[in-house]
Amino acid sequence: MLSAVDIRVGFYLALRQIRRASRWTTSLIVFVMLLTFLNLVVVTGLLVGIVAGISNQFRIQETGDVMITALDTKDYIENSPQILSFLQTLPQPRAVTARYSAAGSVEANYFSRVDPNEKPNKTGATIVGINPVAEDNFSNLSGYVGEGEYLSSSDYDAVLLGPQFVDRYSFGEQPGLTPLKNVYPGTKIRLTINGNTREVIVKGILDVPANSPLAARVFMPANELRQIMGRYEYAVNEIAILLPAGTDGAEFRDLLKRSGIGDKAKVQTFEEGIPNGVAEVQNTFAMIGNAIGSIGLAVAAITIFIVIFINAVTRRKFIGILKGIGISGEAIELSYIFQSLLYASIGSALGIGILYGFLVPYVSANPISLPISEAIIVAQVDGTMIRIMLIVLTTVIAGYLPSRMIVRRNTLDSILGRN
Amino acid sequence: MIEVKNLVKSFKDGPIETRVLKGIDFSAKQGEFVAIMGRSGAGKSTLLYQMSLLDEPTSGEIFISGKEAHTMSEREKMLFRLGEFGYVFQDYALLPELTALENVSLPLIMQGLSRSAADEKASEALERVGVGARLGNLPSQLSGGEQQRVSVSRAIAHKPSILFADEPTANLDRESSARVMEIFKELHKSGQTIIMVTHEDEYARLADRIVTLDDGRIISEKRN
Ligand SMILES: Nc1ncnc2c1ncn2[C@@H]1O[C@H](COP(=O)(O)OP(=O)(O)O)[C@@H](O)[C@H]1O
Ligand SMILES: [Mg+2]
Repeated sequence: MLSAVDIRVGFYLALRQIRRASRWTTSLIVFVMLLTFLNLVVVTGLLVGIVAGISNQFRIQETGDVMITALDTKDYIENSPQILSFLQTLPQPRAVTARYSAAGSVEANYFSRVDPNEKPNKTGATIVGINPVAEDNFSNLSGYVGEGEYLSSSDYDAVLLGPQFVDRYSFGEQPGLTPLKNVYPGTKIRLTINGNTREVIVKGILDVPANSPLAARVFMPANELRQIMGRYEYAVNEIAILLPAGTDGAEFRDLLKRSGIGDKAKVQTFEEGIPNGVAEVQNTFAMIGNAIGSIGLAVAAITIFIVIFINAVTRRKFIGILKGIGISGEAIELSYIFQSLLYASIGSALGIGILYGFLVPYVSANPISLPISEAIIVAQVDGTMIRIMLIVLTTVIAGYLPSRMIVRRNTLDSILGRN
Repeated sequence: MIEVKNLVKSFKDGPIETRVLKGIDFSAKQGEFVAIMGRSGAGKSTLLYQMSLLDEPTSGEIFISGKEAHTMSEREKMLFRLGEFGYVFQDYALLPELTALENVSLPLIMQGLSRSAADEKASEALERVGVGARLGNLPSQLSGGEQQRVSVSRAIAHKPSILFADEPTANLDRESSARVMEIFKELHKSGQTIIMVTHEDEYARLADRIVTLDDGRIISEKRN
């Protein structure tokens, strides 16, 4: 049905209509298309990015790209020193940190507690022993210190507290967690591990979101923790390895396993190590994003429909004349399709520019600090392309329908303005 | 060239049927210039629309170059209007966002001419009616008389077999009207078949033949 001449004439008409249309109207429609694009791509990208931010938080703060932990049958990683020195011979790792960890409790305000029947201000905690320098290299832990100071290697009887333990930052009493009151840098608290109690000074308090793996940890220098735990070998509980961007974590995991480490310890990539359900949450958020985007798409389709419909109705006489002098209805309809296509392409092109030229790099360099995570924008090119095709398709239909409605009206009636 | 037999056109408005053309027999030969006259509401425009395939008669036959209009498909009619007919409307009917040149070029492009060939032919036609200097102007930048001359060039640029004009001078002042009629005279001289509706005796006198309608019937035919 469509001939090359129809397309040529359709394009000819579209071009001239746009060229002589009001700049304001055109800009406004293009702006609507731009917002539609951003709504469709960025909202989903941000929602997925929130979850990606959560899992990324685990990666950079706790697990690294590859994590070595004790076998299920052991309390610690056997041959830890050998593994650590082997890792040092490898070129891949960007940062490596080894940690001891122990279950214990922390208690505050024990001097002001006069009544022995009063409940102690005490809560269970995971105490992590670190090499302050290596850990800082790994996770920039010192950067998260909100109050007080970071640990130094020579510190003794000093700890960093996660915010969950401090009642100013936490969400109040929760099962298994009683926040400590009146705790500031310099405050003394009691640490109990394996029945050994020691009084330590709070040197710093971390400022991280509640779901950060750092939020409910107590950090202290490794040597002292080893003593309190009564662990006399250098047998650590976990080793986290960060790889340079773009390195395949699974490949490195397999390399470690092949070297024999797999027999002595559990070697997992970050994806294997993060809590279950994160992928499902991510998919759920993507679905919510798509649902929100679809509404935006419908609004854009209706906008285009109305714009083209009003344009076609007010130009009905000219559409009649065009048909009267022998211009095909297909060519006239195409002229409207080309117009809406142009709006959609310019809007999407601007959107791509803003998205990949500014938003994605900017937000990935400066993640958006949300209470739940440091969100980035996840906008994969193939997904973006599909969304652009969706916008274009919707726009073509939204431009075609109203023009078809007017073009199919009786020619003479249109010319004479009869109904 | 064109022949109409017992043409009837009626409009239905609910149960009321108004017969506007009550059995018209009419023909025009190749190269003939026919003027159609008559009171307002006589059915002149309606007759012109039927003959130029812009409308469907209620009954009767229309032959164009020996072909019966009733047997043509919509597409065939469109191609006829594009290739064989030229139209001059009372109110010029130019597209507002197209320049004078583009208005005339467009149907030529639709006929399959290249842009440059269409533009060349269009500017020739505009030259011929004396608006060769206003090629790049939009209709809104032209006077009524100039617009009507652009409309005439659009109607003749593809050398149609029949030129239809419905009161082409009704909206023009005397001077502009005279110029347009001068062009019609020229076209007629060069062999163009013209069917023109007019109110003006002066312009009707330019035609070979004057047909007068009243109340949907032909009441007189006169050769000049
Ligand atoms: N669509 C229509 N419905 C009903 N009546 C119509 C319609 N079109 C034209 N008429 C009537 O037909 C008659 C002839 O109209 P027309 O051909 O325009 O006259 P004119 O000779 O002035 O050009 C008029 O009385 C007009 O009211
Ligand atoms: Mg009339």
